[in-house]
Amino acid sequence: MKVLQSWLRELAPFDQDPDTVSAAFNDLGTPVEEVTRLGEGLDGIVVARVLETRPHPRADRIGLVDVDLGDGEALQICCGAFNMAAGDLVPLATLGTTMPDGMEIARRKMRGEWSNGMLCSSTELGLGADHGGIRILAPDLVPGTPLTEAIGLEPDVLWDLEVNANRPDALSVAGLARDLAARLGVPFSLPTADPRRDGAEAATELGVEILDPDLCGRFGVWLLRGLDPAATSPEWMQRRLTVLGMRPISALVDISNYVMLELGQPNHPYDRDGVPEGRFRIRRARPGETLTTLDDVARSLDGEDLLICGGDDVALGIAGVMGGASAEISAATTDVALEMAWFLPRSVGRTARRLGLRTEAAARFERGCDPEVIDLAAARFASLAEEVCGTALAPGVVDGRGQLPDRTPVRVRTGRVNQVLGTDLDAAAVTRLLDPIGFTCTPAPDAEGDLDVAIPSWRHDSTAEIDVVEEVARHHGYDRIPRRELATSRPGRLSTVQHRRRELRGLLTGLGLTEVMPLPFLAPGQLTAAGFPAAGIELRNSLVAEESVLRTTLLPGLVAAVATNAARRSFGVRLFEVGHVFLPRRDGEVPDGPGRPDLLPDEREHLGVALAGAEAPEAVRAWLALAARLGLGDADVANEPGPGLHPTRSAVARVGGTPVGTVGEIDPGVLAAHGISERVAWLEVDLGDLLAREVGEVAYRPVSRFPSSDVDLAFEVPSSTSAADVERTLLRASPLVWSVALFDTYRAPGVDSDRRSLAYRVRFDSSERTLTDAEVAEARQTLIDAVVAAHGATLRG
Amino acid sequence: MGSQVTDDIARLGATAVERLAWATDVDGLRAVESEVIGKGSELAGVKRSLGGLDPDERREAGLALNRATAEVAAAAADRRAELEAAAHTETVAAERLDLTEVRSARSAGHLHLVTQTMEELEDVFVGLGFEVAEGPEVEDDWHNFTGLNLPAYHPARDMQDTFFVDLGEPGDVVLRTHTSPVQLRVMEEQGPPIYVVVPGRVHRNEARDATHLATFHQIEALVVDRGITFGHLAGTIEAFTRAYFGPGFSSRLRPSYFPFTEPSAEFDIQRPDGSWLELGGCGMVHPEVLRNGGIDPEEFTGFAFGFGIDRLALARHGVTDLRDILSVDVRFLEQF
Repeated sequence: MKVLQSWLRELAPFDQDPDTVSAAFNDLGTPVEEVTRLGEGLDGIVVARVLETRPHPRADRIGLVDVDLGDGEALQICCGAFNMAAGDLVPLATLGTTMPDGMEIARRKMRGEWSNGMLCSSTELGLGADHGGIRILAPDLVPGTPLTEAIGLEPDVLWDLEVNANRPDALSVAGLARDLAARLGVPFSLPTADPRRDGAEAATELGVEILDPDLCGRFGVWLLRGLDPAATSPEWMQRRLTVLGMRPISALVDISNYVMLELGQPNHPYDRDGVPEGRFRIRRARPGETLTTLDDVARSLDGEDLLICGGDDVALGIAGVMGGASAEISAATTDVALEMAWFLPRSVGRTARRLGLRTEAAARFERGCDPEVIDLAAARFASLAEEVCGTALAPGVVDGRGQLPDRTPVRVRTGRVNQVLGTDLDAAAVTRLLDPIGFTCTPAPDAEGDLDVAIPSWRHDSTAEIDVVEEVARHHGYDRIPRRELATSRPGRLSTVQHRRRELRGLLTGLGLTEVMPLPFLAPGQLTAAGFPAAGIELRNSLVAEESVLRTTLLPGLVAAVATNAARRSFGVRLFEVGHVFLPRRDGEVPDGPGRPDLLPDEREHLGVALAGAEAPEAVRAWLALAARLGLGDADVANEPGPGLHPTRSAVARVGGTPVGTVGEIDPGVLAAHGISERVAWLEVDLGDLLAREVGEVAYRPVSRFPSSDVDLAFEVPSSTSAADVERTLLRASPLVWSVALFDTYRAPGVDSDRRSLAYRVRFDSSERTLTDAEVAEARQTLIDAVVAAHGATLRG
Repeated sequence: MGSQVTDDIARLGATAVERLAWATDVDGLRAVESEVIGKGSELAGVKRSLGGLDPDERREAGLALNRATAEVAAAAADRRAELEAAAHTETVAAERLDLTEVRSARSAGHLHLVTQTMEELEDVFVGLGFEVAEGPEVEDDWHNFTGLNLPAYHPARDMQDTFFVDLGEPGDVVLRTHTSPVQLRVMEEQGPPIYVVVPGRVHRNEARDATHLATFHQIEALVVDRGITFGHLAGTIEAFTRAYFGPGFSSRLRPSYFPFTEPSAEFDIQRPDGSWLELGGCGMVHPEVLRNGGIDPEEFTGFAFGFGIDRLALARHGVTDLRDILSVDVRFLEQF
């Protein structure tokens, strides 16, 4: 919302400087996005009359304009805009002028033609936005007059404020002035209006019928007779509209917008003769009903949209959003039916959003207008129309009433105010803060120190005690509430899962892997292209089709990341990601709880590892390393093809025999499809159970002070025998065994094709003494016997 | 006047010293030593023959013999030290390495900037007495909107453009637009007192450009306990500001609006140079939200504050384009 200092001062006569006012706006929750000083540096600008426009003999983009400064002499100007015609009055920056942006105007030649000044646009004058070139001034000004004098321009300040959804009042000059006046300690008053009343009562020509009173709380129509069709709005009004961001259109539309900006009440003037029978019917649309709105678009409506119809039940407009073309004010209009209404905010918001019509009116209705400012707004409109267009207001009003919000006073407990804010305010202090902004306080008859607070009609957002507490805080000043430290004695800490996740990340970076965070969205077909079932849940409104499916695996994202790097000639990248995947919920599980747990997907946290330029065993090593770090002693792999993986180089990663993921190499076909020419080793595991697992403390094994003895043992075992099983047998065979390490596996011509050789280094020690050769030999034999017996092994020479 | 024996001893000692000086390495020195003072040496022979002399001669010869033996031993030790030093010099010269030519076989990998920043923030909050809570990225309407006091058609729903997930009826399931749904989940699951921070990924249906991301990261703090006031909110933000940004930084709160808090505020951080950083939103947890979380708002009060972390993470390194958060290029990632 933009607002002018001069306009604010008409309602709240403050004399604080603009910096103080800006600070007040910030403190009140209407933060200043921009402050602009207007009307400064315009001393050299005068009103000029266009005598003639001519083409430039040697340029297309600029033309020549002769202007008269009141002395009858033609002065030639070169100009890049072509929107003026002979007779128009325009602002001219004379030679020697310094423009608001610092540019100096000098006599100069442009493509061989002299230019003796510069014609100005609104932007160049700092008077608002341009609408197609040079600013055309009102025709009744006198050429040669300084512009500031001619249009009554005084230096002014324009604030552009951010307005939150809970401040319907702040979308009007009056609302902002009221809030500001309370903070600055000056009186506030609404504008007054006493239009001339004449002719027959409005009710003799107009009628209102509210068929859906739940959506329309009030619908008043006033009648203005005797419109001068040639009238144009005055320069001061056009200027205010322009700097506040609205385009001057016609006298009546300008007045309508002016009243809306000033009082926050959207309104709609109809050509009285365009309203069948002069009757307004306010009803819900019928499904399938259509209306062509003022912007010339046919709108399809549904049963929750509210329509304003004429006596013939044909729609004139969409309530609170936009009018139709049929009863528009035209050059032939003489009598005006003026609508001032209150519509249910939720309903207007819904319709405006559905139709994509975020109009100024809808923005105000949606936040909640003031149903009681309507009478003043109508009088203000009538006064301005009388002044500008010569109309007279018909006595009376046709005032349709529906359901308005309940405005029972809210009980505000002073104790509660202090409980929430941490302040020490008494009822008198609370009253002093609230009364000036219209939250009128009355001592509660039945509870000492508490207040019954009347919610002002312009604060539709406020309905409960906590809303009033916020107003107290806002006007007390957030920075005056004493800051306090928390007094909790609870220690903060990470959970087991969070600790273990950090350990995991630390291990992975230690292994030389770098973390990536690609988007969790995939393109349709991307899962099947990667060898996975097309089970991804879709978004209803993705930004682009390439990001419309939720991932069920980290594989496509990481393979794409490898491909991106390869395309940029970074090969052998080692990447990992810890992120969520979204699996369809399995049937039969209907968890309990608030919300819709029955609809939410099976969301899991996965770890993905992609090692470019590496083969499957490296991924297995990564898996075993992280399992060891996480204390998962029973982690292993079982050869098995997995989706998206190399059919003969993939396995299931298991913990305690339960699959937790896949490990191996990416399918060469998938790699080729991504243009990747290196092998890519792959690991993906579900972290949920792995991180949540409580790993007991490791029991201490005393370390011997005596030297140990190493013995190498090579066994030939059936191919199906697991190396891990043999290792376990060795560890358990003798109490003298400290450690066992597999250092070689061998399958060669010397070994039967269904057998292989496993070579272990066993370390023996004793905590009591240095072992003798005889003791080591005896223990060695015990181990050999155990492995031979348990695994059908033979000792290799 | 020296006897013949004494003279012999002096001569033998002098000869031995001279021979030792000629030894060129430690082994040669050891051989010479053995020859000149070993059991078979001439000096040993002289020692054995002393018994045949008269007492005076024997005492005099004994003294000479001791003197000569000591001189020879000293000469041997000196020569050994010389030879060992020379050998050491030669060895180390031969073992010279240029250690500046060494490169690490494989350098450690890098955590993503977002992770680094998240972990740092989590640590700060843990230090302030908070635990860390997490929740799902795909949420139902209740937890993301309605339960947070954002019913259907609430104008503030526009503040958060939403991705809708094709589950249930349209609008039933969304990608969470903020981390606040976890507020309700923590209230449901644990109840007061609550001192948690919630880091996480969130999604908004907005076109990506240098200053906007559709997928980004937030962290928010939630406290619900008896006696929690707006003063605690401001004090905790100030404590966080100093702990995370540094002692020269401070904070301020400005009135704002969020449906799930009331009173609500924006909070800004003031840098030591006086400039301001608009960081995030905060407020007292709305009584309706507490009630929706199964907590009596008359008995318990609470506050929440949160902010986006992607901009923070990048700004520390001078990265200005937010889209770089999504980069998978190792040349980018390995710089941090």
